Amino acid sequence: METIQAITLVAGLQNTTTWAVVLLISVGAFSTAIGFALLGSKFLESSARQPEMMPQLQVKMFIIAGLLDTVTMIGVGIALYLIFANPFINQLIELLKIVK
Amino acid sequence: MNTATYIHHHLQHWVWHTPVGTFNMDTLCVSWVLGLLFSGSFYWAARRATVGTPGRFQNMVEILYEFVQTQVKETFHGRSALIGPLSMTIFVWVFLMNCMDFLPVDFLVFFGSSASFKLVPTSDPNLTLGMSLSVFFLIIFYSIKVKGLGGFLKELACKPFGPKLFMVNIALKIVEECAKPLSLGLRLFANIYAGELIFILIALLGWGQSLLGVPWAIFHILIITIQSFIFMILTIVYLSLAHEEH
Repeated sequence: METIQAITLVAGLQNTTTWAVVLLISVGAFSTAIGFALLGSKFLESSARQPEMMPQLQVKMFIIAGLLDTVTMIGVGIALYLIFANPFINQLIELLKIVK
Repeated sequence: MNTATYIHHHLQHWVWHTPVGTFNMDTLCVSWVLGLLFSGSFYWAARRATVGTPGRFQNMVEILYEFVQTQVKETFHGRSALIGPLSMTIFVWVFLMNCMDFLPVDFLVFFGSSASFKLVPTSDPNLTLGMSLSVFFLIIFYSIKVKGLGGFLKELACKPFGPKLFMVNIALKIVEECAKPLSLGLRLFANIYAGELIFILIALLGWGQSLLGVPWAIFHILIITIQSFIFMILTIVYLSLAHEEH
């Protein structure tokens, strides 16, 4: 197959990968932002209501903050993996080498 | 060396291929050194503890001990001699390993070596998933120990729907029990890996390094503390659930 056709195929796959990365990171960021906003606002409201409970509530808030972060971070990890060590591109390049 | 190869070089482990398996020697060595450092110094502090005015290191060990003990007392509803030392080990060891991220990205190049060596053990999924798998086996072990093998299997088949729907119960239980170690290990790995990757990307900026590096490093201090604290708290919570009996 011609070189220009091979380059077109790789470019198409890179295009798709870029959009996948965009979706992964942006949807994760958006939902984590809303989650943290809800969490923080409830914490501030209940601290204003009962200031003596604030240290305990703060500890619980950090625990829930870490739990909220998890799947977003896993998404970011997968997105970075797709950027730097994309398995699809490697497979495509192996196949193209065979066909050439 | 261009950008892509620089990043790729900094994401490679120092691998040792044996016929038995492949080992990430940098993860193993750094985690062993930090573990020996932490346990050796804490043992030494406990040995030379004085009842009078404590020294600075003994003070710090006592503060950490009290902190871990409050968390265990609040969260753990069972009786176990293992949970206290386990929680403290998890907290301090994971925190120390995450702290290795503050050494500069090109630390080894400073000493003239351009070998591929990742300084942060917790950015290796092998380590975090190994730790969470150990917690998983501890959960199963304590479930069987507290409830007995018959009780454990009965709870497996009969919760939350009745004994007639035992297939559904077993499927749900398997999903729940497998999600625990996976999420525990992957949470720590993904946070620290993303943090390290951002440090590498900042290192490529040249002039802008000091501008972006300082805020990110300060934010990273918060992240590593939260992540090691969460690993410890979730371990305590899961083991407390395993010790529950009716």
